Amino acid sequence: MEPLHALVTLANFVIVPAVAYGSQLALGALGVTLIYGILRFSNFAHGDTMAFGTMAVILATWGLQSMGVGFGPLPTALLALPVGIAAAALLLLGTDRAIYRFYRKKKAAPVTFVIASLGVMFIYNGITRFIIGVDDQRFADGERFLVSAGGFRDATGLDEPLVIKSTQAITVVVVVVVVAVLFWFLNRTRTGKSMRAYSDNEDLALLSGINPERVVTYTWLIVAGLATIAGTLYGLDKSFKPFTYFQLLLPIFAAAIVGGLGNPIGAIAGGFVIAFAEVTVTYPLKKVLGYFLPESLAPDGLVQLLSTDYKFAVSFMILILVLLIRPTGLFRGKSV
Amino acid sequence: MSERVNPRAVGLFGLVALLFVGTGFLQSWNVTLTILNMGLISAIMALGVNMQWGYAGLFNVGIMGFVALGGLGAVFVSMPPDTEAIAAGGGRVLGGLLLGAATVIAAIFVWRRGGRYAGWLMVAVLIAGFLLYRAVLDPGVDAIEAVSPANRGSIGGLGLPVLLSWPVGGLLAAGAAWIIGKTALGLRSDYLAIATLGIAEIIIAMMKNEDWLARGVKNVIGVPRPVPYEVDLQQAQAFRDFAAGFGADTVTASAIVVKLAYAGLFAVVLLFLIWLSQAALASPWGRMMRAIRDNEVAAEAMGKDVTQRHLQIFILGSAVLGLAGAMMVTFDGQLTPTSYQPLRYTFLIWVMVIVGGSGNNWGAVLGGFLIWWLWVEVEPLGALLMQGITAGMTDGSWLKSHLLDAAAHMRLLTMGVILLLVLRFSPRGLLPEK
Repeated sequence: MEPLHALVTLANFVIVPAVAYGSQLALGALGVTLIYGILRFSNFAHGDTMAFGTMAVILATWGLQSMGVGFGPLPTALLALPVGIAAAALLLLGTDRAIYRFYRKKKAAPVTFVIASLGVMFIYNGITRFIIGVDDQRFADGERFLVSAGGFRDATGLDEPLVIKSTQAITVVVVVVVVAVLFWFLNRTRTGKSMRAYSDNEDLALLSGINPERVVTYTWLIVAGLATIAGTLYGLDKSFKPFTYFQLLLPIFAAAIVGGLGNPIGAIAGGFVIAFAEVTVTYPLKKVLGYFLPESLAPDGLVQLLSTDYKFAVSFMILILVLLIRPTGLFRGKSV
Repeated sequence: MSERVNPRAVGLFGLVALLFVGTGFLQSWNVTLTILNMGLISAIMALGVNMQWGYAGLFNVGIMGFVALGGLGAVFVSMPPDTEAIAAGGGRVLGGLLLGAATVIAAIFVWRRGGRYAGWLMVAVLIAGFLLYRAVLDPGVDAIEAVSPANRGSIGGLGLPVLLSWPVGGLLAAGAAWIIGKTALGLRSDYLAIATLGIAEIIIAMMKNEDWLARGVKNVIGVPRPVPYEVDLQQAQAFRDFAAGFGADTVTASAIVVKLAYAGLFAVVLLFLIWLSQAALASPWGRMMRAIRDNEVAAEAMGKDVTQRHLQIFILGSAVLGLAGAMMVTFDGQLTPTSYQPLRYTFLIWVMVIVGGSGNNWGAVLGGFLIWWLWVEVEPLGALLMQGITAGMTDGSWLKSHLLDAAAHMRLLTMGVILLLVLRFSPRGLLPEK
């Protein structure tokens, strides 16, 4: 029983939260990596794009709720997703036309794009705060738990509880669907193939008659979808606060770089690497070890390697290590 | 630049001066001086970033971390030492830190000399070292933090004059920059940006979390001042007579005199730094830096050590940022780790440098003053604008109150718009490099 208890404890406090968080990071990192692959710059406005899309979803959710529309046991926000994606897509395409296209025509250096994206970041940040304010917003409704502590104990007879929030389960299901659709699109459709061709070799793609503006438009549309879904899932799981989304930029970038910028599979792997590292290193392992080790060796302290405030530090330690040892990331990425 | 005066520069600086004077007449001179003091500090920060970006093309978005380290330096130097806390755990903390440093050095040594199993050996050394480090450090930290945590609970500082802390803050930031530069400068532009962004977050996390160092989120207040206190001035008969001579109220006069004293100190530092940077930029060294920035390959072919020069300029620029950070904590009289936000301390400084003119020291200084003035004044101006817009609406309507509340968030929007406009229509800034 002891190892089983240890496993359940570990699953409850480390594996389940890390899988959910990792899925959210993976979607965010996919957006960053697509922009890097096609438009060739690190988009600092990505966190705020997520915040904007989520805000649109929240407003639509409130609208639906006030009309009495619900989604049964599932959160109403899932119904509101298309509205959020559409809003984010309009914003991103508008931004591209007004700002990025000019620099693309001029073939400006990547760092100019990055600086422009800093300006865009300020503007998105301002818009989001302007519309919804800076406070925490909770918009999750429907069933709260898929597996509740008491239910799990009654069903298995174990002492340790296992809790799976429904938002965590929804996150994983949605992310699996989205990633499957995305990879089908990139690998099987004509547009997806032209996007990959453009990312691999711009000149060759142009020579074979691929329209670059079309590729860029599709990229922004996909990014709008990914960012809004990632932001909504994160907001459902935790809560929505514009500043938190801005800070999410850090682990998302870390995930994209660890996996290899420009490489979609790398972005997903990177998301999980970062999430597991963050959760494991900042979780007190005392209980888990207590089940494994004999009484005399049981640790006195909490065996928390680092306090929770250092979770950013963890992702960046991994980032720096990967960059020093494998500068293009775990999977072959590119570097401008 | 130093020989011939650029009429455009004079005009723009005159305009900014007009903004400050206008604030003085319309709002109050006290407000103007507060903005001016932070403007001077911002200008110094912009100078530091301009060295890294304008001279060498290094994209550092970890400004916040260096500024915060400078602030930590100010606390270290100027606060009185807490002998009780040091006696309780100082030895263990010192031992722990030395062990940590020894671990890192040993790990690097093993990595270089370890042969086939270098990677595994290094991991083993790091894990063993980390456990040992925590075992020695933690009891010491607990002992220090247990010393009346409500108002002390940290090791305090050296109790030296606060002015001395300014160069020390710079040195602290320079030391951090050396470590960061050694690891991160080899990376390409985008990676360097992300790495510095993350390192700044780590520095802030450390300052929030390590209470024994500088009380963490409990903040350090009452950092000693290099100038007299308002209260002392108000009680001095000579000062009261002096204020009365101007026909001014004693309280206001004391506030203004103290701020003027700060402004004088800051201006001396700023002018000294401008002089230094201008001289450096005009020297063979400055020409070499620009050559490296404009074409790294060609410069390398001419026998210039690009990596070393990048490391050098990264450390110099960071030292200036640390200096500014120490000055800021001195001016505020407190260190509040939670107030360090990347939008305010990293990206706003970038707006200053880009708007002012990267590669041009005077441009960076101009950007520092102009953008800081805007950052402060956009809020009241936004509120005025919103009152104008909502004047026609019925009182108490939902939209009206929402718009009035939201006026506070205008400043982020304005900064973004200004940055994008300058980048588009005057990509080299208001005062371009020659």
